[in-house]
Amino acid sequence: MDFGFKLSPSSAINLDKVDLSRFEKLHGIEPDIIKCMACGSCTSSCPANRFSGMSLRKVILDLQRGREKEALGMLRNCMLCGKCTMVCPRGINTRHLILSICRIYGEDGK
Amino acid sequence: MKENIVIIGGGIAGLEAAAQLLSLGYKPIIIEKSDHLGGHVAEWNCLFPDMTPARDIVSSLAARSADANIFLNTEISFVNKLKDSYNIMLSNGISIITKIILVTTGFSVFDAAKKEEYGYGVYDQVITNRDLEHWFNTGEDKRVNDCGMNAVGFVHCVGSRDEKARNPQCSKVCCITAVKQAIELKQKFPDAMVYCFYMDLRMFGKKYEDFYISAQRDYGVRFIRGRVSEVSENIDGRVIVKAEDTLSGKPVKVTLDLLVLMAGMVCSPDSTRVANMARLPVDSDGFLKSEDNVADIISSPKEGVFYAGACTGPKTVPETLAEARAAALKVHLYIKGLE
Repeated sequence: MDFGFKLSPSSAINLDKVDLSRFEKLHGIEPDIIKCMACGSCTSSCPANRFSGMSLRKVILDLQRGREKEALGMLRNCMLCGKCTMVCPRGINTRHLILSICRIYGEDGK
Repeated sequence: MKENIVIIGGGIAGLEAAAQLLSLGYKPIIIEKSDHLGGHVAEWNCLFPDMTPARDIVSSLAARSADANIFLNTEISFVNKLKDSYNIMLSNGISIITKIILVTTGFSVFDAAKKEEYGYGVYDQVITNRDLEHWFNTGEDKRVNDCGMNAVGFVHCVGSRDEKARNPQCSKVCCITAVKQAIELKQKFPDAMVYCFYMDLRMFGKKYEDFYISAQRDYGVRFIRGRVSEVSENIDGRVIVKAEDTLSGKPVKVTLDLLVLMAGMVCSPDSTRVANMARLPVDSDGFLKSEDNVADIISSPKEGVFYAGACTGPKTVPETLAEARAAALKVHLYIKGLE
């Protein structure tokens, strides 16, 4: 039925409802993930960023906020070139991290 | 009052401690490796947040400590532990027997050339915070082009909070130094765009936040949250800086006439050398290890050896001076305890 208007779902992140079980599993095998301080070095050195919007900084944040669909969508554009690993000031092995994300979050069909 | 007190380092910490010990009636010995007193502060122009001339601070400290025995151009050759004292051999052949050593060896500025992606020493328009202060003092630096300064950038955290540079700690004073230098450049070049690329801004000290607000409101300095990932040169010799503007989530690039790298503080090799000779422990951040980082930062775990200033970690000028005063009192009470 058309009322002439529609309701948009809330875009707020409700931390009460975020399921972090997969993130905890990821954190178990990639403890460095929480060392990220969101400086954006990975993103600004990423060759896929300007064409596809791939941003590892956003991926890491999205996973912690329960926005898994957005994160995995971005990760599809990663070419695994490893430039982000070279620039990360916190010494995170980002390439290895990306592969681990794919392994854990891809388990039920990505 | 015949007790020898050896102060290693003639920077502001050593001078302030010496001045205090002189007023308590002692005759301290200052050992300084360079040919002038005042250390890093002597190379600075103005100090935040009140733009105090660094020259005034150093000259007043030097005047107040002038009665100390001062050895310039002198290094420590070795330190021997005797039964209840230390034998210090100097590079000029003099040996001193002392029960008290005050280590005020300070810090070194991080070598910005190690961060190759920023192009220090490669591109002509890339300088460091220290080079900029030198230019403020002397007006001499071919890399700074007086006419034609349209855009300037500051890169925070160069060699700080950086595990790749083996320096994971925060150097603490670079944020406020960048704000100060950005304001000073805006005063000299009001029409220039000034950008600060930061990861986090740490405005912890008295009036720092006001200074930061003033930089934005009164001077129009633009703060961009993102760490610079690379610097390159374009065809007309300007530098192109790339970063992610993490707040808008977009890559950002800008062409600049001058790029200033805020090189951080690392433990000076001289501190490490003295630590090795006197068997002093080094903390996990590379600086000298205190007896206790909260309750007793000026005591070393060794009998009769004390610290003041940036040899135990990055410090501001007022913090260093306060520590030096505390160390002087500590030394005084230690000597009283010996008698």
